Amino acid sequence: MSLTTDQIRHVAHLARLGIDESRLEGLGTELDAIIGMVDALRAADTDGVTPMAHPVDMPQRGREDAVTESDQRERYQAIAPEAVDGLYRVPRVIE
Amino acid sequence: MHTQSLAALAEGLRRRDFSSRELTEHFLGRIDKLDGELNSYVTVTAERALEQAAAADARLDKGEGGPLTGIPLAHKDLFCTQGVRTACGSRMLDNFIAPYDAHIVELLDAAGMVTLGKVNMDEFAMGSSTETSFYGPTKNPWDTARVPGGSSGGSVAAVAAGLAPVATATDTGGSIRQPAALTGLTGIKPTYGRVSRYGVVAFASSLDQAGVVAHSAADAALVLQAMSGFDPRDSTCVERPVDDYAGALDQPVAGLRVGLPAEYFAEGLDPAVRAAVEAAAAELEKLGATLVPIQLPNSPLSVPTYYVVAPAEASSNLSRYDGVRYGYRCADPANLEDLYKRSRGEGFGDEVQRRIMIGTYVLSHGYYDAYYLQAQKVRQLIADDFRKAFEQVDVILGPTTQGTAFGIGEQTDDPVTMYLNDIYTIAANLAGLPALSMPCGMLDGLPVGAQLIGKHFDEGRLLASAHAYQQATDWHTRFPGAFA
Repeated sequence: MSLTTDQIRHVAHLARLGIDESRLEGLGTELDAIIGMVDALRAADTDGVTPMAHPVDMPQRGREDAVTESDQRERYQAIAPEAVDGLYRVPRVIE
Repeated sequence: MHTQSLAALAEGLRRRDFSSRELTEHFLGRIDKLDGELNSYVTVTAERALEQAAAADARLDKGEGGPLTGIPLAHKDLFCTQGVRTACGSRMLDNFIAPYDAHIVELLDAAGMVTLGKVNMDEFAMGSSTETSFYGPTKNPWDTARVPGGSSGGSVAAVAAGLAPVATATDTGGSIRQPAALTGLTGIKPTYGRVSRYGVVAFASSLDQAGVVAHSAADAALVLQAMSGFDPRDSTCVERPVDDYAGALDQPVAGLRVGLPAEYFAEGLDPAVRAAVEAAAAELEKLGATLVPIQLPNSPLSVPTYYVVAPAEASSNLSRYDGVRYGYRCADPANLEDLYKRSRGEGFGDEVQRRIMIGTYVLSHGYYDAYYLQAQKVRQLIADDFRKAFEQVDVILGPTTQGTAFGIGEQTDDPVTMYLNDIYTIAANLAGLPALSMPCGMLDGLPVGAQLIGKHFDEGRLLASAHAYQQATDWHTRFPGAFA
């Protein structure tokens, strides 16, 4: 099946990926080829097969409900594109 | 010094024939002189390396330290290294100075290893040629017009050319084994959960696993031993003691049942690669192993399964790059949505964008059942094939790749052709199994690799089998002439 330009725009929006209009057609061809390749899965007989949840058969480990993290705000914000007064600054959200 | 085994280097350091500082300077000198041609290093940490070497020498002078103390290595540039840029081959993380160390970096630092620098890779480990890196392609030391494989191309090029004695790497669908095969190295991806993923920049979390590339199984055993172990900060890391890989290297191959899957020797495999792998099987048989024909009937579905599961997990993992907390931010965003979209559109390269798009698509409303859920069911079928096979055999042997290293630029226009590079390696990731590649021949001056796949947590047996093979053959001792 092939993806329409509108579908590609929609998926790009879901992924919050800014894609140049001039690239849409070429990207569509590439994605069609990949989807065409994975479409082989549809023919597989998987009736009654449990989807894999974990590659190694083991229960998920729990941990004590205890505080383990200390305050790292300054260290982590030191690498932020823009942080002011301990806050991350982004463009105005509420007009 | 750059052609010696890790055990020989350790012995020289212990006897004080040379110091860690001299050894480190030797490799830094080679990087300086030779890496211009290869582009294997993205960041060289010379100053820090000499500090670590001095600390190692102080321990060695007192007769302290272990088998890796004072030995240099290179880290793939997706292991977080505190205070050092961890760029993951991406413009998105070009300015990212990691605020903490990965678990394996902590362990190898504590073992006394000396970090020479961070090595190149496909962007976010997505690729099979190291051509998708923001920092340009890495070249294959055996022929610099060819790719070294990927995504751990910097790791293998550095080790194969003698610009590091050993290197860390990661493998999500073949990113340790395929490049090891194309550069004549031994590379091992352990069982999923054996090595902590804490501090490893995430690509596909149910498949990613860290490992090592080295000149021999014996070298790989020493480093894998030191980087394995339980870490509560990775919820999928397994709480189970680490076997003594180095100590078990000499266990005999006699009686080993080696499975040869029909599907791995089928159409698409270069006949000369096939002959080299069959010769490796014959060598193991000579050492006392029994060859058993087996079948892995769902193998043809492994690439399609992977290209649903891995992009789905990647699209979710990479949603963290928002231009707000760290990494690349676009200039003059008009509003928050524009900030997200342009930061991601400008920060990610084409291959990463393709995978995010595929992953978002297969997880989106109306397609989830047909693609993602179906892929997770087929993944179970692929794992079942291995469960059945391992009732008959101890290890599985086959080719690592269909051919030898291809030319730079040869496959970049066709993503699906590039994806098929991992046709023999992906299944081990889907099933969480340990697997290694070892050199088993040369074709027109280019290395060929054979792959061994083992049962869960049977890394020791894989390494011992490869070691026995390497005691009987000399493919692993070949060194690219231009870098001697």
